[in-house]
Amino acid sequence: MVENRPITTFCSHAVLICGIAIVVFPIWITFVAASHDAVRMTQTPLPLLPGDQFFVNLKDTFIKGVGNAREQSVGLMLMNSLIMAMMIAVGKIFISLLSAFAIVYFRFPFRMGFFWMIFVTLMLPVEVRILPTFEVVANLGMLNNYWGLSIPLIASATATFMFRQVFLTVPDELLEAARIDGAGPMRFFKDILVPVSRTNIAALFVILFIYGWNQYLWPLLITTDKNMYTIVMGIKQMLEAAEESPEWHLIMMTTLLAMLPPVAVVVGMQKLFIKGLTETEK
Amino acid sequence: MLKRTHFNPSPLPYLLVTPQILITIIFFIWPASQAVFQSLLVEDAFGLKTEFVWFDNFIELFSDQIYFNSFGKTIVFSSLVAFLSLGTALILAATADRIVRGATTYRTLLIWPYAVAPVVAGTLWMFIFDPTLGIVAYMLDMMGYDWNHRLNGNQAMALIIFAASWKQISYNFLFFLAGMQAIPKSLTEAAAIDGAGPAWRFWTIIFPLLSPTTFFLLVMNIVYAFFETFGIVHAVTKGGPAGATEIMVYKVYNDGFIGLDLGGSAAQSVVLMVIVITLTVIQFRYIERKVEY
Repeated sequence: MVENRPITTFCSHAVLICGIAIVVFPIWITFVAASHDAVRMTQTPLPLLPGDQFFVNLKDTFIKGVGNAREQSVGLMLMNSLIMAMMIAVGKIFISLLSAFAIVYFRFPFRMGFFWMIFVTLMLPVEVRILPTFEVVANLGMLNNYWGLSIPLIASATATFMFRQVFLTVPDELLEAARIDGAGPMRFFKDILVPVSRTNIAALFVILFIYGWNQYLWPLLITTDKNMYTIVMGIKQMLEAAEESPEWHLIMMTTLLAMLPPVAVVVGMQKLFIKGLTETEK
Repeated sequence: MLKRTHFNPSPLPYLLVTPQILITIIFFIWPASQAVFQSLLVEDAFGLKTEFVWFDNFIELFSDQIYFNSFGKTIVFSSLVAFLSLGTALILAATADRIVRGATTYRTLLIWPYAVAPVVAGTLWMFIFDPTLGIVAYMLDMMGYDWNHRLNGNQAMALIIFAASWKQISYNFLFFLAGMQAIPKSLTEAAAIDGAGPAWRFWTIIFPLLSPTTFFLLVMNIVYAFFETFGIVHAVTKGGPAGATEIMVYKVYNDGFIGLDLGGSAAQSVVLMVIVITLTVIQFRYIERKVEY
């Protein structure tokens, strides 16, 4: 703050509060919709204040299920999302750590060739190559399982770049000291490099978890088995299954549940989240 | 690029890069080259034989009025999303940068839409604008404005623009705020001593110094609007009504998986790849130059 102007400060707060109101409004409506019963949700105007059915709806969502396809359980979908997100996040971090380690700490033929091969993946989001990638996955027999859900999304240039950047800032003296003490490459990697970059790993994990949890197009294509549905695509299926009279109170409850884990991660680990976001993108 | 000291040559580095390289080849490079190859083929109606047709698929694509429209819609969509979310985020970041008390609370409340999946964002906005039940549609109706995005193409487009921009505000906000906090306070203080008010300081000092961030975000927002909004379109409009919101990334999916026009879809994939590669190259050239200012 450069000068003290009460009026400007007041206006600043007002602008921010307006901004927050816009940002929060859709979620508030969702929350309100999730706390009323089915009858209330068919009468216009819809309520703007929460009702008292929140926990009843929560119970119904988990026990009875939503939409025509009542056999698909919300609990199972949440579980699938969690497994997929964890596999993507852990897998990406693991393979990126290894390849960044190789690229930074070793001099070997085709090093730059590998580096460029990884770099290329930055330019090929799944959306632009969906059909052939789908064929590959189908031929490998990876439809309808967790491997097919996660592995094609695992290769990531951004994570490798980030670790490369981090490793380059690790002082060379550490490596020299480790070598004098007789540590081999993997020992150095495990006992020095990984512990040194643990905050970066955590920051990246936050970003990748959100990325994995929010995948939509890919699970939509490769899962036909209801037991493999993820929560994010499950919402869409619910909307479609109930085209005529959607049970908005239950659908909105499911939407809340689908948003909750990644939002909790962002809010709870805000520092790591911001670190991860600014480091991987730049 | 490389450390001064290395480990001795051994087969170990090959072992270390193997997992990533294998996945890259199997799931990225191979499918992408398949897309390029398929874009040069035509398959007959029964899928029995394929014929190599060179660039016929592309010629057909570029002379297709529908594809041309889809291209135009993508441009309108992505530029409006970028403008709307960048503008809102800039205003919010500029005010948040001024504030001392409660800054963390404001930030927390503004950043979380980043974590909402595009398709979930689409569902939320579809619900509040639902023509029969939606709360905003109801208010608009009270004001005498008839809202039905299921019938009106422009309204459908507006709705997906709102949903896509809403989700992107937090991302832009964080980067703008970080950029502003990196500007030395002495500059704005000097200007304040010379009698420049907050708005004037913003336009003459902060905004110009922020231009690298703005440019970076512009590219990122275009990439976002081009490729990551599939879920929003799929949840809200499915490209309708009558193709009014069929942006390119949705059309690839629709023609490939629903229409089963493999050659045409592959040709569209190749066009999209060229766009991503161009954007990535622009992005990287900018990163190299950024250090100078």
